[in-house]
Amino acid sequence: MFSKSIEITNHTGLHARPASDFVNEAKKFNCKIIVEKGDQKIDGKSILGLLGLGAGKGAKIIITADGTDEEEAVNQLVHLIHSFNG
Amino acid sequence: MKGIAASPGIVIAKVFKFEKPDIMIDHNTISEKETRAEVQRFNKAKLKTKNQLSDIAKKTLAAMGKEESKIFDAQIMVAEDPMFQQQIEQNINDKRLKAEAALDLAVKTFSAMFESLEDEYMRERAADIKDVGLRILYNLANVEIVSLNHLDAQVVIVAEDLTPSDTAQMDTEKVRGFVTNAGGRTSHTAIMARTLEIPAVVGTKEITSIVKGEETIIVDGIEGVVIVNPTEEELNVFQEKRQAYIEKIKALEKIKQLPAVTRDGRKVQLAANIGTPKDVQGALKSGAEGVGLYRTEFLYMNRTALPTEDEQFEAYKAVAVAMKDRPVIIRTLDIGGDKALSYMNFPKELNPFLGWRAVRMCLDRPDIFKTQLRAILRASDEGNLAIMYPMITGMNEIHRANELLETAKEELREKDTPFDEDIKIGIMIETPAAAVIADQLIKKVDFFSIGTNDLTQYTLAVDRGNEKIAHLYQPLHPAVLHLVKRIIDASHRAGKWTGLCGELAGDERAAILLLGMGLDEFSMSAVSIPKVKQMIRNASFREAQKLVEQVLEMGTAEAVKDCLDKFLKIRGL
Repeated sequence: MFSKSIEITNHTGLHARPASDFVNEAKKFNCKIIVEKGDQKIDGKSILGLLGLGAGKGAKIIITADGTDEEEAVNQLVHLIHSFNG
Repeated sequence: MKGIAASPGIVIAKVFKFEKPDIMIDHNTISEKETRAEVQRFNKAKLKTKNQLSDIAKKTLAAMGKEESKIFDAQIMVAEDPMFQQQIEQNINDKRLKAEAALDLAVKTFSAMFESLEDEYMRERAADIKDVGLRILYNLANVEIVSLNHLDAQVVIVAEDLTPSDTAQMDTEKVRGFVTNAGGRTSHTAIMARTLEIPAVVGTKEITSIVKGEETIIVDGIEGVVIVNPTEEELNVFQEKRQAYIEKIKALEKIKQLPAVTRDGRKVQLAANIGTPKDVQGALKSGAEGVGLYRTEFLYMNRTALPTEDEQFEAYKAVAVAMKDRPVIIRTLDIGGDKALSYMNFPKELNPFLGWRAVRMCLDRPDIFKTQLRAILRASDEGNLAIMYPMITGMNEIHRANELLETAKEELREKDTPFDEDIKIGIMIETPAAAVIADQLIKKVDFFSIGTNDLTQYTLAVDRGNEKIAHLYQPLHPAVLHLVKRIIDASHRAGKWTGLCGELAGDERAAILLLGMGLDEFSMSAVSIPKVKQMIRNASFREAQKLVEQVLEMGTAEAVKDCLDKFLKIRGL
């Protein structure tokens, strides 16, 4: 199991295009991916879950992965979230 | 019958009633033994749905393009969604529901969650969920899905609502209008109608229970009126109305490429605001006589490193070449604070709008600034370019920016790289400080461009993004108007000119006032150009000047608005 917490800083948040980019990236990995915000927990490969999470600008989320490629998955997803800035 | 006017225009045609078969959902519970078979039945229907959607996506991509086919990629994502699947399986296994009822419940749960949000994107996703759900439901029941791809005559489609998959497969040549029971101005039906430029009235609640099909129907998408089986008299009235509307559209079309001159001969320039070279086509089509604001931020955003000089040069050159000899004003990088770049270390600030941004950041980072200036200078050899510095508050900034510009020029001269030696330099006036000392600033530059969005925010001390004080954000506040007048007058006293590149230029009400103040160039989003041009061509400069005198005596934005509305109404502008 591998986890990282990150603050969403891009304007749109994990919404619209960034949300679907996130899910598409998450689907590339075999491991299970969970995204947490406060006490909400959702499947990181679910667009409905991610949109429902409503992680806007300033939200703090925790990405946890469990499986053979867990570390790479979390790092890639964190990197992706950073690239949304600007 | 009244509904919501969703797309303008008037049409008189026959009704085509688009009905989808109703599928009865069996809500009886099942035994534990039966659950596995139900999950399998659902999985099979889901797979079939996914294949159908991929097929439609491919066809749409070929027939209509990438933008239109995207919606089906989004729908495939919903069909494949693990949480959607999980909930349906739970409904079958735990609630002991049949596949149809389990699906229906999941669709209702997810779509209700998204529909309640005040966000167009989320509402579209709610429509996707329902659309996908319906498709799976039909596949579960082995019912063929009706489509609008074979229409015999020119018709108005009457339906409960139209989904993305309905409209994507629609024979658009034959469809003249939409009337639906459901939906609002941002529903899929409404957006599609505006894209197709056909009239639509949505949210009528009961149109499908009133028509049977084949009746004559009048759809007035301007007022939101629908008349089924009209009388002779109604037909005549709407024929006339329709003709008048078509004439109005044609009139706009005709004047689009004509100069913006008032009846008494005052000529101004109408230009477009653009963000990427791609926007030039739309600008020219709308009759833009130049680009009053080229926002260069997009070149720097959504990437991992600064754009190189060559990359920037290519973009600036593309715009310069496409606009030919028409002037293009390039605004240097306006970023920082609220618009940060991931690959640059922007400090967290308490007041980003009052912080390290725009020209302030550029002057601290001459490496970044000079790279951009060299790229602009090189492109200036290919067309008619001007440079504009944003967020200026005083003489020193202009002085320092010009010094860096001089070094950039020197560097190019050393390499014998050609550029326009007489390239014009302007500044954006968007701070009250700059407005107040405009008489001094104009000595150092060739032109001003007023950024009303920020000027309003700084003058009234109102954060544009704060909803709680949104009502205090008033570009027509007398304080802002007095500053605008002061800026224009200062440039004219020095024999120079002033443009304006905020939202205000595209608002007819404000435009008449700006015309009267003597504004020389109006830069706005391309779509607003034709209507502002028409207004100016019908206006009198002398009357607009008198209007300004009257307005500058007023104390509130409300009084100004009332006065402008009356002025436009009385003169039929």
